[in-house]
Amino acid sequence: MSAEAAIVGALLVPLGGMVLIALTGWRPNVREGVTLVTSLVTFLLVASIFPSVAAGARPEVALFEMLPGLALAFRVEPLGMAFAGIASFLWIITSIYSIGYMRGHHEENQTRFYAFFAMAIFSAIGVAFSANMLTLFAFYEVLSVCTYPLVTHQGTDEAKRAGRIYLGILIGTSIAFQLLAIGWTYIVAGTLDFQDGGILAGKAEGPLVGVLLALYVFGIGKAALMPFHRWLPAAMVAPTPVSALLHAVAVVKAGVFSVVKVIVYIFGYDYLAQQMSGGWLVYVAGFTIIAASIIALRQDNLKLRLAYSTISQLSYVVIAAAILAPMSVMGAALHIVAHAFGKITLFFAAGAILVASHKTQVSQLDGIGRRMPWTMAAFAIGSLSMIGLPPTVGFISKWYILQGAVQAHQMVAVAVIVVSTLLNAGYFLPIVYSAFFRPEKALAGAAQHHIKVDHGEAPFTSVFALTATAAATVALFLFPDAPLSLARLLVGG
Amino acid sequence: MEFPGHFNYWIVIVMMMAGFYVVISQGNLVKKVVGLNIFQVSVFVFYISMGKVDGGTAPIIHPDWTTYTNPVPSVLILTAIVVGVATTALALALVVRIRRAFGTIEDDEIEAQEEAQS
Amino acid sequence: MISSNLPALQIVIPLLSAPICVILRDRRIVWAFAQLITLFAFGCAVALTVQVLQTGPISYEIGNWQAPWGIEYRIDLLNAFMLIIVSAIGAITMPYARVSVAKEIPQERIYLFYTMYLLSMTGLLGIAITGDAFNLFVFLEISALSSYVLISLGEDRRALTAAYRYLVMGTLGATFYIIGVGLMYMMTGTLNMADLVGRLPGVAHTTTILAALAFITCGVSLKLALFPLHLWLPNAYAFAPSVVTVFLAATATKVSVYVLLRVFFTIFGGVDLFIDSHLADILMALALVGMFTMSAVAIYQKNLKRMLAFSSVAQIGYMVLGISFVSVLGLTGTIIHLFNHALMKGALFMALGCIVFRTGSVDIKDMAGMGRRMPVTMAAFVVAGLSMIGVPLTVGFVSKWYLVLAALEQDAWWIALLVLLSSLLAVVYIWRVIEVAYFRPVPEGAPPIKEAPLSMLLPMWLLTGGAVFFGVHSTLTVDIARAAATFLLGDRQ
Repeated sequence: MSAEAAIVGALLVPLGGMVLIALTGWRPNVREGVTLVTSLVTFLLVASIFPSVAAGARPEVALFEMLPGLALAFRVEPLGMAFAGIASFLWIITSIYSIGYMRGHHEENQTRFYAFFAMAIFSAIGVAFSANMLTLFAFYEVLSVCTYPLVTHQGTDEAKRAGRIYLGILIGTSIAFQLLAIGWTYIVAGTLDFQDGGILAGKAEGPLVGVLLALYVFGIGKAALMPFHRWLPAAMVAPTPVSALLHAVAVVKAGVFSVVKVIVYIFGYDYLAQQMSGGWLVYVAGFTIIAASIIALRQDNLKLRLAYSTISQLSYVVIAAAILAPMSVMGAALHIVAHAFGKITLFFAAGAILVASHKTQVSQLDGIGRRMPWTMAAFAIGSLSMIGLPPTVGFISKWYILQGAVQAHQMVAVAVIVVSTLLNAGYFLPIVYSAFFRPEKALAGAAQHHIKVDHGEAPFTSVFALTATAAATVALFLFPDAPLSLARLLVGG
Repeated sequence: MEFPGHFNYWIVIVMMMAGFYVVISQGNLVKKVVGLNIFQVSVFVFYISMGKVDGGTAPIIHPDWTTYTNPVPSVLILTAIVVGVATTALALALVVRIRRAFGTIEDDEIEAQEEAQS
Repeated sequence: MISSNLPALQIVIPLLSAPICVILRDRRIVWAFAQLITLFAFGCAVALTVQVLQTGPISYEIGNWQAPWGIEYRIDLLNAFMLIIVSAIGAITMPYARVSVAKEIPQERIYLFYTMYLLSMTGLLGIAITGDAFNLFVFLEISALSSYVLISLGEDRRALTAAYRYLVMGTLGATFYIIGVGLMYMMTGTLNMADLVGRLPGVAHTTTILAALAFITCGVSLKLALFPLHLWLPNAYAFAPSVVTVFLAATATKVSVYVLLRVFFTIFGGVDLFIDSHLADILMALALVGMFTMSAVAIYQKNLKRMLAFSSVAQIGYMVLGISFVSVLGLTGTIIHLFNHALMKGALFMALGCIVFRTGSVDIKDMAGMGRRMPVTMAAFVVAGLSMIGVPLTVGFVSKWYLVLAALEQDAWWIALLVLLSSLLAVVYIWRVIEVAYFRPVPEGAPPIKEAPLSMLLPMWLLTGGAVFFGVHSTLTVDIARAAATFLLGDRQ
């Protein structure tokens, strides 16, 4: 199969899967079978593009003329390849996990859940493969809208409120800022195609560059740069698989992916480095990293703590791109991959704890490592990756970012990374420690919250999924060739 | 000379404003329709007087006459009068129905009833 | 023979068939007849458009009276496009009308409804097709008089007062228009638009012509419900029968916008009065204020038809804003939005019509659980609503894109930002409905209701599908709009 056909296939399969899921909703086994097969086929299709991209080709497909001269077009370059690869691969594992989770947790409206999940993956892959900013924006918006029913899945007032914040910030920033920036870029540059070296080089000068950069990075609300980060903690009311795949991987990565794309292919990082007005981004991202980490320290709700950790980790990618050195841009690409595997493991673990014991707070986790050894071991590995310690892939990406920062003499960035590493350790290691080494304690009001005292591991599918992603986190440390080669291609080496 | 020479326009403006004022100020729906009529008639006068040529006669070709009044505005106004009649008829029909539905044709009383309904 | 007389047939056939409806009497036969006539009008409009595309503007002299003395029908790309919009909506609404009208209008009056419907369509088509300024007034009154009757057919007694108020305002507007035409005639001695273009420059700088422009603008603005002359519109749309609202919302105000375009850029095309008199600036200010205030007012409406009516006034602001840029991009935005807004507003009002058909209410509190009770209808509402917001891959985005580009092209970035911010208000009023429809449970004891009949769902989804199709693949419509805009601006670019 040609790479071009595979691109179209990778988009059509999840879309077709969504329709099939909706149609087979009355038979859960068939429905979940469809989900699994769809995710598997999608991944295989995405993977089949990898060899040609790694060989330096850039397969392209143009579908419709969305606007005259601005087609809905796809072009697979290394970064998009990496993003689509992890999104589709983790979809398989998340699907396996979801089956255990959704049944174990007796969720309602499961058909709607699986259907919109497929649609979210469809739009994430659309974002990854987009050949121009308009296509990216289109799928970005579709992603916002189709994850709304997932965030508000519970249908409670709290979910509704969270949905408002979620959609309000994501749609608000993207329409008010991002679309303005896109229109402006089109007027200035006459094109929106992603090109090596950027399309604004030589066309926009002085303060305009800074303004456009600000409109882009704040307009891409999914990157959760402060002060537009509130939607991410709000989205944690969603079922855990949603938080795991979408709000640790697909949605948020679509955000930072877009930021990197904009910096590399719209501005061109060389060009941006020459301009004086782009330097502030390092400070904004640095502030977000530190501030989010400090907030994470104070969260007792496990999923919220993970959410703030995500905000902080996303800004690693932004700061890495904003350093504007080849080495750090590589680090940014690697960190997208690294964080995906690490964070999804952590969310899977949080979900497994919830299903097995109905515990949601960090303070309730004393001694749980002995009841759920697999889960908590995976959690420990995920934590190491977040902190950036070997033998996990988080170490590699952080290493590249640091090297780039040193190369570019960005001492602020270096300091931020060092301090935040300590903070990461500060909010993850105590969880691991108390889970394994503290004795279990009786919880006041346990019965009210339906907390089970006597429980074992979570359902098999959940444990399998989180073990797999934890293993992948280690495996990518040992064999980082695939992501590394893509990252090198991204910076043209 | 300017003022008396343009007196037809002055009359048009006075009628127009009078009609407009009635439409705005009167609360009675029938009176509003009357105001609307005065307003429209002022435009008819405006068109017809604009086509009048000094010393001209009706545009019927006859050896005795060389100057004719422009017939086009008069023809246009024939159409406009038809439209005006239709509008008035429809407006009055609506007033009849409103009276049946609300029991009054005073604007403020109708509005009060509408407020109460919503 | 037929093809050379198409312009006359376009008007004469629906005009003559209106009295035939009165003779036919039986509601089923009348409906079938009206459906046939509307389809014929649509075919006629398409044939005319094809002809215009092939051979350029068509001039047709009614009764072989030579222009400029006789009445000339003159069809260029712009009014061909208008003919298509009006006749297409007219034809698509017909199948929908059959059951909806049978429910909302007393049986013995149904044939009169179709008579008036055809007359109203004739009037709108006539406004679009004619090349004579006074003839335009006649058609304006034909469409207006019949629409007063149509509105007064509503079930609620407030429909009567709404119709009466519309009548007063509409008559004032039309009379203003003929005053303006009279003033122009006084100075130029012609009523033919093409002739006026040549003669106006000689007298352009007289107070009389300035007054003419002012009267015409004022009069037409009343008709198109430009803020703050919109007071007649909300109640008229809210209390008219559903079908009437669909038809008028999708066509009537659009045709008035067309008249504005025609006056400003064809009749006054040879003189710069539109810009010199600061009329463009005034319209821009009114448009911007209208966009914000009317969207904000829409948010607080309990009656959903009224909410959409206010949204229509806001959308008219977008169209007028496009005009006020006096650029190809701006006019393209206006013209494309005429079409796009007809699609999405038509679909939204049809959705409400379906709900009225089953529940008899469009109050927001009665929408609780509607997502479950009438899923197909609500799905169309959501898609068309997303288009109102301007989510990419829908037509709403295309319109917004051109308006934003037009603003940025003139370095008016703040207007671009205002356009985008005002569209965020649409998020609020659309999402308010979605939250109630999907998150509130079906009220206890509510009678079970079925989905609307297929004959209503199909036209609704046709428009909704169009809103997506022309959003994904907008080349066709944008090309026509852009060509029309270029043609209108002529040498002024």
